[in-house]
Amino acid sequence: MRKKSLSLLSVSLVMTLALSACGGNNANNTANNAGKATNEGSGNTAPTTAKATKVEFWTFQQLHAEFYTEMVKRWNAANPDKTIELVANVSPYDDVHNKLLVALQSGSGAPDFADIEISKFPNYIKGEPQLLPLNDIIDPELDNLVKARFDIYAKEGNYYGIDYHVGASVIYYNKEILDKAGVNADDIKTWDDFAKAGKVVLDKTGIPMTTLETSEQWSMWLQTAQLPSKDDLLKADGTPNLDGPEVTQVMKWQQEQMKSGVAVGAPGGFHHAEEYFGFMGKGGAASVWMPLWYMGRFTDSMPDLKGKMVIRPMPAWSAGEPRSAGMGGTATVITNQTKSEDIVKQFLSFAKLSKEGSLATWTILGFDPLRSDVWNDPAMKATNKFTEYFGSNIFDVLTEVKDEIEGINIGEKTPQVIDAIKTQSNVRILLDNEDTEKVLKDVNSGLK
Amino acid sequence: MSKPNVTRVKQTSGSTSISSLLYSQKIAPYVFVLPFIISFSVFFAYPVVSAFIMSFQEIVPGSSKFIGFDNYKELWNPTFFKAIKNSTVYTALTLLLLIPIPLVLAAFLNSKVMIFKNFFRSTLFIPALTSVVVAGTIFRLAFGELDGSLMNTFITALGLEKQRWLGDRWLGLMTLLILACWRWMGINMLYFMAGLQNISKEVYESAEIDGANTWKKFTNITVPLLKPITIYVFTISIYGGYAMFTESYMLWSGNRSPKDIGLTMVGYLYRSGWEQNNLGLGAAVGIVLLAITFIITFVQLNLFGLFKKEE
Repeated sequence: MRKKSLSLLSVSLVMTLALSACGGNNANNTANNAGKATNEGSGNTAPTTAKATKVEFWTFQQLHAEFYTEMVKRWNAANPDKTIELVANVSPYDDVHNKLLVALQSGSGAPDFADIEISKFPNYIKGEPQLLPLNDIIDPELDNLVKARFDIYAKEGNYYGIDYHVGASVIYYNKEILDKAGVNADDIKTWDDFAKAGKVVLDKTGIPMTTLETSEQWSMWLQTAQLPSKDDLLKADGTPNLDGPEVTQVMKWQQEQMKSGVAVGAPGGFHHAEEYFGFMGKGGAASVWMPLWYMGRFTDSMPDLKGKMVIRPMPAWSAGEPRSAGMGGTATVITNQTKSEDIVKQFLSFAKLSKEGSLATWTILGFDPLRSDVWNDPAMKATNKFTEYFGSNIFDVLTEVKDEIEGINIGEKTPQVIDAIKTQSNVRILLDNEDTEKVLKDVNSGLK
Repeated sequence: MSKPNVTRVKQTSGSTSISSLLYSQKIAPYVFVLPFIISFSVFFAYPVVSAFIMSFQEIVPGSSKFIGFDNYKELWNPTFFKAIKNSTVYTALTLLLLIPIPLVLAAFLNSKVMIFKNFFRSTLFIPALTSVVVAGTIFRLAFGELDGSLMNTFITALGLEKQRWLGDRWLGLMTLLILACWRWMGINMLYFMAGLQNISKEVYESAEIDGANTWKKFTNITVPLLKPITIYVFTISIYGGYAMFTESYMLWSGNRSPKDIGLTMVGYLYRSGWEQNNLGLGAAVGIVLLAITFIITFVQLNLFGLFKKEE
């Protein structure tokens, strides 16, 4: 008996040794998987005065940290009696979400406010949300805001997050390729027109009309969400809806485009892969539909296409149906561990919900602001790197589809559904050519 | 040889009793193992126990409750089986590659006739010093699916079809194995070389006098005398294989390999525990992983006869 316990002990010791031997296996430093530029551990500290309130902010996106740093400067200038000292921490995507989850779970160590990306958001409102409801700052402004963008961060009537943008989805055409094929982007009204135009482009230039993501959800989510139906990846009641008529229609259409060669799988599997940037940047495909925030990927990762790309509303499924959907996003939340609730709320309202803040989301970040009443503001006509790249009509496209921006359903099942799309349904339908309905039924039944 | 005299301290005053405590042969061993015991219990035993408890709970902020075996029931799903299968196949293949090859290489690098010894030693070891993240990213690009990727350039030059390296189950596994070999070859070689240093020259010399050739010396002296080292490498390789996550995570830039061809058990733990915020389920995966590695290691050590009495 003693020998046995000794041998058990020795095995466990060996395990521990092994643990320390393979110590290199931590995922702490995995670069984020969404192709977002990160900059580890840079603390941006705004200038302070004697009695400034110190607030901590966590994000995975350097641009967001810079945005708040700028807004703190403006806030301090406007409110000399309530100045803020901002400590912004930028760490990789997975890191920041995991750390925040642990900090909220354990009840200590969380920052005053933080960014949470939409596909992770449902994780944070499980059980009792450890975040503060923001209704008292959102409700007064709600008439001027795109409401659908707040509903996705809500639970039981409480709003928990404020996004940076509407995330209106658009389609980006490579005008150079379309011109070669003699196709006019403005004639493409529906997805059927798109498929026909794609055939022409393929025949005349040999270039595929578009790429479809096979290991991420954007390509199919945008097309599913723009359908007038209330259901998309989830039903309105929050249950998985991959085998519903909406996703089935979209995936059947996508499979057809793959078969005819009009569409190809995005190299690297998704529209943030280095391989895709290289492929698209060399004129590998004639178009891609993504949310408006994807502009930044063009300007940063595909500089060669400057002046060649044009932005248009997405084609509709049938004439008169919606041509856009509000997609993706990152919400800024205030944690329940903050010690300066009032001032952080006021600041957040100033930075994102006020007219000035909304304009700044465009001028600083190049995002489509949450307040639709600023879209026609003269300030939106000012040039920045995006207007230089895509031309000055960006907001004309947005105002054109202003009333057609469909919302999406986000719920606790969202992370699971998206994982299934990333690893199962897209690959099997688009690359392996399996029967669409069968795959979707199969995958959906696995999502309890 | 006379035995050294053990001096006895006569207890006459307080100071000597303190020094007797300091020199006490009863307490000394405990003091020496204390640092290990503390770090073991804080960083290993405690987390294992709390993970075990968590695996029977549903963990949501503000209201965690015990749910019996529900998490384990939920594990009974095809994705988890796929993860177990992937991890097992990967581990088995790394054992097949990462034990014999480094052993032979170590023997080469230890032999007198080998040239450029130091050069090879360092070049084989350098990969172990690189970050997995960097290596994974480089491999991902080298094994890209476009015509211009490194591997596709190679095989099209050989007149073969270009491949989607990371899209196919076996090609993806092959990429993982190449990455593993590239990274761990040097480390395992180092263990074997350390073992080889300990085999005395006399044994080889007497074998030569008896007319043994190089092969005979290798099979009848080197391999058996390296057995303890081999057992050690075998054990950590089993653990390392099952614990593999970062390589696959970097190779597919996330937990997104097509049809989960690159999903490992730790990847599944990460997906359920973190990506879907279901820490109870994640803990259950961890406990199953621990059980599997524990059983396999135990069986393997028994087979090797580690627990047998020395004859």
